[in-house]
Amino acid sequence: MAEQVLDVKGLNCPLPILRAKKALKDVPTGSTLRVLATDPGAVKDFEAFCRTTGNELIESKSENNVFSFLIKRTA
Amino acid sequence: MADVSNAKSMSMIVTKGSLDWAYPPFILATTAAAMGLNVTMFFTFYGLTLLKKKLDLKISTLGNPAMEMPMFGMHIGMPNIVSALPGVDAAATAMMKNLIKKKGVASIEELRGMALEADVKMIACQMTMDLFEYTKDDMIEGPVLGGAATYIETATKSDINLFI
Repeated sequence: MAEQVLDVKGLNCPLPILRAKKALKDVPTGSTLRVLATDPGAVKDFEAFCRTTGNELIESKSENNVFSFLIKRTA
Repeated sequence: MADVSNAKSMSMIVTKGSLDWAYPPFILATTAAAMGLNVTMFFTFYGLTLLKKKLDLKISTLGNPAMEMPMFGMHIGMPNIVSALPGVDAAATAMMKNLIKKKGVASIEELRGMALEADVKMIACQMTMDLFEYTKDDMIEGPVLGGAATYIETATKSDINLFI
């Protein structure tokens, strides 16, 4: 199954988190969502978001000034 | 998602209505809601203008000694005297709106819409609506009317209470 990708490059706080939250609603429990962002604040924001909502941040990396987060919907 | 009965809650009193002061309450409310909190916003005094159907938010260079606009590759401070010149505040507002669009920051309309979608509770202060002669028709659908006691009750049950 194709991985769901959310592109929020060029968008600033709080849009990456808000858009991700909306996208996660359509992700089946146990599946993942990849978020691509350019907002440097998003790194800590996604860590905090996952800690607070109980979703799992499987991966957080940066390539060519694009941050990539892999989030697993757990509940 | 997190168990609803264990969810934290946040309340805010929103007292200001300029473009720059509109951002903190809406950013905090939408982000908190996205993180599973129950959020209530109580709009009073100039915060009421944030509930109007048609938003026309502005900033002023008057009394903002920390305002520095990025211009000509530098940060230019705004002395109070320039706000007396015709068109300066309008220009500063236009500049701010352009920066917001350019930097991919959400507009207040968008954030407000997202707050309502996320079930953020909005209460409009009955007393100041009366004071400024605003009617429910001036305001968007969604907010309910309430007074200080309504806010206080919400606040006693909230984990986070902010005055903005």
